[in-house]
Amino acid sequence: MKLIAAMSGGVDSAVAAARAVEAGHEVIGVHLALSANPQKYRSGARGCCTIEDSHDARRAADVIGIPFYIWDMAEEFHDGVVEDFLAEYAAGRTPNPCLRCNEKIKFAAVLDRARAMGFDGVVTGHYARTQIGENGKTLHRAVDHSKDQSYVLSVLTIEQISGAIFPLGDTTKVDIRKEAEARGLAVAQKPDSHDICFVPSGDNAGWLRDRLGSDVGPIVDQSGTKIGEHKGAYTYTIGQRKGLGLTIPTPDGSPRFVLKIEPVTNTVVVGARQDLAITTMRGERAVWCGPSVDEGHHSGFVQIRAHGAALPCTYFMENGLLVAVLEAPLLGLATGQAMVIYDGDRVVGSATICETE
Amino acid sequence: MPSIYLDHAATTPMVESALIAMTQQAQVLGNPSSLHTHGRATRKTLEDAREVLANEVGCLPSEVIFTASGTEANNIALKGLYWAGRSNGKNIVVISSIEHHAILDPAHWLLTHEQAEVIQLPVSDNGVIDLDFLANLVKTRRDEIAVISVMHANNETGVIQPIGEVVRIAGQIPVHTDAVQSFKKVPLSFSGLGVTAMSLSAHKIGGPLGIGALILKRTVEIPSLLHGGGQEREIRSGTLNAPGIIGFTTAATSSYYNADAVTSLRDRFISSLQALIPEAIINGLLSERLPGIVNVTFPGTQSDTLLLLMDGEHISCSTGSACSAGVHEASHVLLAMGHSEVTAQSSLRFSFGAASTASECDFVVSVLPDVIARGRAANLT
Repeated sequence: MKLIAAMSGGVDSAVAAARAVEAGHEVIGVHLALSANPQKYRSGARGCCTIEDSHDARRAADVIGIPFYIWDMAEEFHDGVVEDFLAEYAAGRTPNPCLRCNEKIKFAAVLDRARAMGFDGVVTGHYARTQIGENGKTLHRAVDHSKDQSYVLSVLTIEQISGAIFPLGDTTKVDIRKEAEARGLAVAQKPDSHDICFVPSGDNAGWLRDRLGSDVGPIVDQSGTKIGEHKGAYTYTIGQRKGLGLTIPTPDGSPRFVLKIEPVTNTVVVGARQDLAITTMRGERAVWCGPSVDEGHHSGFVQIRAHGAALPCTYFMENGLLVAVLEAPLLGLATGQAMVIYDGDRVVGSATICETE
Repeated sequence: MPSIYLDHAATTPMVESALIAMTQQAQVLGNPSSLHTHGRATRKTLEDAREVLANEVGCLPSEVIFTASGTEANNIALKGLYWAGRSNGKNIVVISSIEHHAILDPAHWLLTHEQAEVIQLPVSDNGVIDLDFLANLVKTRRDEIAVISVMHANNETGVIQPIGEVVRIAGQIPVHTDAVQSFKKVPLSFSGLGVTAMSLSAHKIGGPLGIGALILKRTVEIPSLLHGGGQEREIRSGTLNAPGIIGFTTAATSSYYNADAVTSLRDRFISSLQALIPEAIINGLLSERLPGIVNVTFPGTQSDTLLLLMDGEHISCSTGSACSAGVHEASHVLLAMGHSEVTAQSSLRFSFGAASTASECDFVVSVLPDVIARGRAANLT
């Protein structure tokens, strides 16, 4: 096949591209420039779109022996990922921008452009696997569960997955680093990136404050009594305990947790730990990564964080929303995160959490 | 599959005689600044070479200042002439809006670091500078202008600029011209033009990389950027690059470049292109242009996509404009010529060299319709 390898400048995408070449594909390396004003150097584990990263990607492509180009996706990234990130926080939700990037950039803008140019698909260094089943390709967890990235890929449609190649899903990260070393790739020991790539300082709250303002608002208890103030409701996450700055203790001295963020009134509601408990979640914009599950009730697992546990549940569609009812209650669930349904290791589908109870 | 190189304006193969002369000189021992026999021998070789280049360029040997690149020559000229003028109370730097980054960026640096006032000359839709604008500017602010720098021919479009007119309008104001693309492609005479300074580069004419020259009027004194051994009129210190200079001057005297042949290739390319892709726009078509450069806008495409697809067909061409961190930006030259951001990013530069052939030209034209079609399909935003 003729493939575009998305090369971030990191070790994973470099090895993925090398493996695709070895598998006999005709591969072209592409680095996505996602920032209109890239930083010159990487700072620690942050970001993946500095000029230094694009240089690393180019060197890896040279060593592998494939052509290399840079695609400017800064505008698409800003509109599809950064703006969405801000809008979600402004609406009191906690978004996952990596998911959005996969949905709108890597397997949409890039894949569409690649196909139009005559390529068959996109290779990335994600830790996930695909299998060919009766109904086409399905998406599965990586062998290395600690590095598994199927969660952030769960927004992809069958059509998108059909154009995606994940050569690393069968290998552990430790072995990928060894392989990179053996292949002579200089990025073999480059640190993993963890934080949000477009917040180079790592100070998420500060970054949001610069863009969404820092209007002071009330922190209230469940009876609506004001017990403190905050500088921007969006800097809080449901389930958060630390950093509330409350001076009025609860009668029994037990800690308070963020229960709810109300963006319209700029209010943060706090309460006791047990009030965080939820058993049902509903998600909008449901996507099936394989056969559609619009009909009936099914048992499976739901995962609500990128590296969280898979929780046993019953799931079904109701009034256009994906509903998951947990077997055991869960403490603290932020809206805006993805709820990803698994059947064993297979990703069934996902939705963006909009309600919990 | 054979590969086709149509990016000779970026760099072009070395002339064989220049390569031989350069490698021979690399085996000769002696620093030209040394006083002993070895040093004097190298010095003689280089002064012979200086005379040869002066003869080719139409200047005095003492007006040749060897540099490491055209970029360095541009920097020395623009900054030096600005500083020389500023010491006489002149603070304005005039450049054209279509200069190469090796003039644009030093001018910007003078603006941000030296508080210079930088004025850019607009160009017509055909890529020629606006002489009325310049005349008006000189008329109203003559005493404030330290230097005027206008390139001899544009590197993206090949459009030749009216330097003689610029010099006439400038009067006593020093004029610099970046002649990197023009040298050896069209007739060029330093004394004939009457400019104060002119930049040249060896690797654009079949000489080696890493050598260029600033031609600077004998009587003009400017501050130096590099201080040290005092070589090259104390304007450009550093041991002279003897092999580079010999390679440069050998290329400069060779007759390998046949301007008529390259011009007819260029015109063959343009007419076949216009027949196959009628909507293609040849930028600067109505102006006098260099023999080898064709700049084409293909509406509805993106340059970087086209470049990738052409590369896939084993054809090397260029988006013509600078890259920032590898990201293709809209060409400031095409924007200055009235293109929009979108159409300026839909253009490719094809530049022919001395060894380019008609069959290469025809092959490139034959693959273009399919490449343009795929480029259009991929232009999704």
